[in-house]
Amino acid sequence: MLDLFWLVPLIPLAGVAINGLFGRRIKSEKVIAGIACATVLASFIISAGAVAALAQLPSEERHVEIVLYDWIPSGVAHLSGDAVEETATFTVPFAFLLDPLSAVMILVVTGVGFLIHVYAAGYMHGDEGFYRFFTYLNLFVFFMLILVLGSSYGLMFIGWEGVGLCSYLLIGYYIGKRSAGDAGKKAFIVNRVGDLGFILGVFTIFFTFGSMQYAQVFGAAQEMEAGAGAITAACLFLLIGAAGKSAQIPLYVWLPDAMEGPTPVSALIHAATMVTAGVYMIARSSALFALSPFAMTTVAVVGAATALLAATIALVQNDIKRVLAYSTVSQLGYMVMACGVGAFSVGIFHLVTHAFFKALLFLGAGSVMHALHDELDMWKMGNVKKYMPTTHWTFLIGCMAIAGIPGLAGFFSKDEVLWYAWSGPHGHPLFWAVGALVAGLTAFYMFRMYFVVFHGESRMDPHVEEHAHESSRVMTVPLMVLAALSVVGGYIGIPGVLRVGPLAALHERFSLLDWLAPALGGEEHHAALAQGRDTLVASLQPVMAIVQNAEQAAEEAHGAGLELALMLASVLIALAGIGFAYFIYVKMPRRAGELATRFAGLHRTLTHKYYVDEAYDALFVNRVKDAGDALWVVDDGLVDGIVNGAAHATKRSASASVSFDDMVVDGAVNSVGDELTRSSRLFRSWQTGYVQNYALIIALGIFIIISAYLFLGSMA
Amino acid sequence: MEGIGLNHYLLLSALLFAIGAIGVLARRNVILVLMALELMFNAANINLVAVSRFHPDLTGQIFSIFTITIAAAEVAIGLGLVIALFRNRDVVNVDEFNLLKG
Amino acid sequence: MAEQAAFYIISAIILGGAVAMVTSRSLVRSVVWMVTSFIGVGALFILLEAEFIAAVQVLVYAGGIVVLFLFVIMLVNLGDVQHEEYLQRQWLPALLLVVVLTAEVGFLLWAGSREHGEPSPEQIDAVLRGLDGNIETVGMSLYTDYLLPFEVVSVLLLVAMIGAIYLAKKRI
Repeated sequence: MLDLFWLVPLIPLAGVAINGLFGRRIKSEKVIAGIACATVLASFIISAGAVAALAQLPSEERHVEIVLYDWIPSGVAHLSGDAVEETATFTVPFAFLLDPLSAVMILVVTGVGFLIHVYAAGYMHGDEGFYRFFTYLNLFVFFMLILVLGSSYGLMFIGWEGVGLCSYLLIGYYIGKRSAGDAGKKAFIVNRVGDLGFILGVFTIFFTFGSMQYAQVFGAAQEMEAGAGAITAACLFLLIGAAGKSAQIPLYVWLPDAMEGPTPVSALIHAATMVTAGVYMIARSSALFALSPFAMTTVAVVGAATALLAATIALVQNDIKRVLAYSTVSQLGYMVMACGVGAFSVGIFHLVTHAFFKALLFLGAGSVMHALHDELDMWKMGNVKKYMPTTHWTFLIGCMAIAGIPGLAGFFSKDEVLWYAWSGPHGHPLFWAVGALVAGLTAFYMFRMYFVVFHGESRMDPHVEEHAHESSRVMTVPLMVLAALSVVGGYIGIPGVLRVGPLAALHERFSLLDWLAPALGGEEHHAALAQGRDTLVASLQPVMAIVQNAEQAAEEAHGAGLELALMLASVLIALAGIGFAYFIYVKMPRRAGELATRFAGLHRTLTHKYYVDEAYDALFVNRVKDAGDALWVVDDGLVDGIVNGAAHATKRSASASVSFDDMVVDGAVNSVGDELTRSSRLFRSWQTGYVQNYALIIALGIFIIISAYLFLGSMA
Repeated sequence: MEGIGLNHYLLLSALLFAIGAIGVLARRNVILVLMALELMFNAANINLVAVSRFHPDLTGQIFSIFTITIAAAEVAIGLGLVIALFRNRDVVNVDEFNLLKG
Repeated sequence: MAEQAAFYIISAIILGGAVAMVTSRSLVRSVVWMVTSFIGVGALFILLEAEFIAAVQVLVYAGGIVVLFLFVIMLVNLGDVQHEEYLQRQWLPALLLVVVLTAEVGFLLWAGSREHGEPSPEQIDAVLRGLDGNIETVGMSLYTDYLLPFEVVSVLLLVAMIGAIYLAKKRI
């Protein structure tokens, strides 16, 4: 199976071809959805097989590259970087790389993707563009897999752009809705800004290292000094790209608006997979980031700030999807922060668990919306648990997971993040504090939503309430599967302090962090270095060293005690948040309103999302529009003026020509005719018609001739 | 007086010719114009015969026979035309026949 | 001597008759004067020793043509129309022109003339060819040297006859 993993992206592409070309003629929804789901399932199965085969290999050799063809065979580029000579060949083969990191990613993408596809078959039932939806969804899966499987930045870029395109297509899926189209445009344009950063980063990398392929770049990076300016620049540019794709400050503004798309889209693209591309990219480039402390700190700060900002905004949202959207931004901040403090594999771990429970939460919200006639406002719900038990229980599990209740997936990953925020190579207690605060806020607003929607008195529209019922099995089964994953998914990465008893055995069996180590740096990496055979692997030495130092430092400095203490603290904060939510929204609903009026200013600021959108509008959007208007004036006035002026001048010169022709030319011709007529009148008068006149003239002629003869004769 | 020489006859012929020309050019009546035309013919005949007499050659006389013949034929035709004209216009005024006027 | 007197008298008759013909108001009178003139011409021919021509002149002209004219005049039956203007408007220019032309011709005659004597007997003999009288001479010449024109002229007369008939018929 290992040599077949190149099929993984291509099978969904086949799904795109079939549904895209023939979808309109296939009238059966079952067939279309069946094709789409089957392709993703096939990809998942092959991925699972390939990863299993990969796992058979010794850890230093878990690095399989399959080249499909020479995409850009060779070009010559002239560089002047430190690590290369004057000219380098620009070669980008179309090749896939299966290593521990990409293995994790493809499993998540295809696995969660498959569940969401199945769910969407039920959710989108009856929609007119059914085949179009699944075409785009499969297309997205294709591009995402290219992104994570690519063996070079070039291929990653293809996937990067492709998922952005699919995001635009799917956000704007409801083509009749103006707001959907606007949201799609916003997403695409903001992403574009991020893409600019990404491209500049890739250019810097190529300029410095002479290649875009991971193996060569990371291998050459090994040679470089930490803190080199080019590396820092490249990393910061890449960070901008990640900020665009993964919705960090300042480019997060598109994600809440992206909720205009259908809920499965929000689940798949804007929760589980696409938005994680930025985190993946940073993790993949860990070798570079590790060489630039400044970049790392910047990444951590951005992540932490984003997490906090988004969590505060989520407190006052009334739209269930918006709450989840800001929650996603906040959790992405966690992942980015984890990478920033040096714990790249922890960031990936949180990515995996977040995919489970965030997809679960979105799909659950979609289930509720579907049952309540696409109602979005949580204040028009209430007591939904009475009508939708399955949805209720799975949603509750998701909320507990995201809040970090011990035993569920979110607890493990979040805890690791917080631990390394404190003690990581670039960690700092301040990061931990922010992270803990965010955890509390997260618990609060998630359970706020839970209580308001599912508990209390029903505020539903009576007509809606009549028809409220549990969703069909095709929608609830994925919910249950994801709920199960949200429960057990965390046990792949047990924190150090808890590796006791049965958990220790589990840890021995499989630890995600260990699995990722060869790709990202981790505990058992020394051996690979000594080998020196795999340059990619060897290149991770600095990173690996950092993480190793961290672990050692942590263990040395404070021992297990600190970790346990921090863990307990975060759990308590989470429980406090839940309790507070319960208190306000269940016991004393009026308090919510009172609090809002008491902190009116703050409440208003939060409701308006810190006025960031308005600021962007004033600074950028409207300025660009003004420039466009100015240019339009130029075009209308100047360019069109010239063209129209030329037309008028031509017309006028044409009429001048006409008059000239009439007067001068025709005048000349006519006057000649008139002259002839007038002069001929004289000669006409000679034709009297009288024969005797003619005879007289003849005689006259004779006289003249004779006279002439005489004259000439006499002269001669 | 000297003898009558050729010149006398030639002069006579010229005078007769002139009178005939005046008649052709200055009279309105078509028939009279034709008659004056005959005078001109006669003047030519006198010329021919006179020269034939003084430069002895019979050719002049022969020629004058032919001339007379042709004059006769021409008169016949001309008068036929006059009759045809008269039928059309009821007058034989040359003035009337100005259809060539242009 | 007698020859000269004869010449001048005959000339007077010819020219007088001509003038009278041209200036007469009455058509019939013009015809009469024309006859006079023709007979004068005949006499002149005799003076010029062309007897045959004289005979032909009188016969054809004074006889045939004049009668023809008279016929047509009677046919047309104009009456005394002549009392109005009978001269063309252009009579003066015509008169002047003709006078000038005649003067020119006269000048030419005077300037280019030389002494013409009587023809010598040898010349006359050559012409006469041993024949006696004008008729024989003319006849011999006409039927031998000038046979072709003679025949052609007879055809011409035929044509003229046909033409005249055609022109004068009322309806064809």
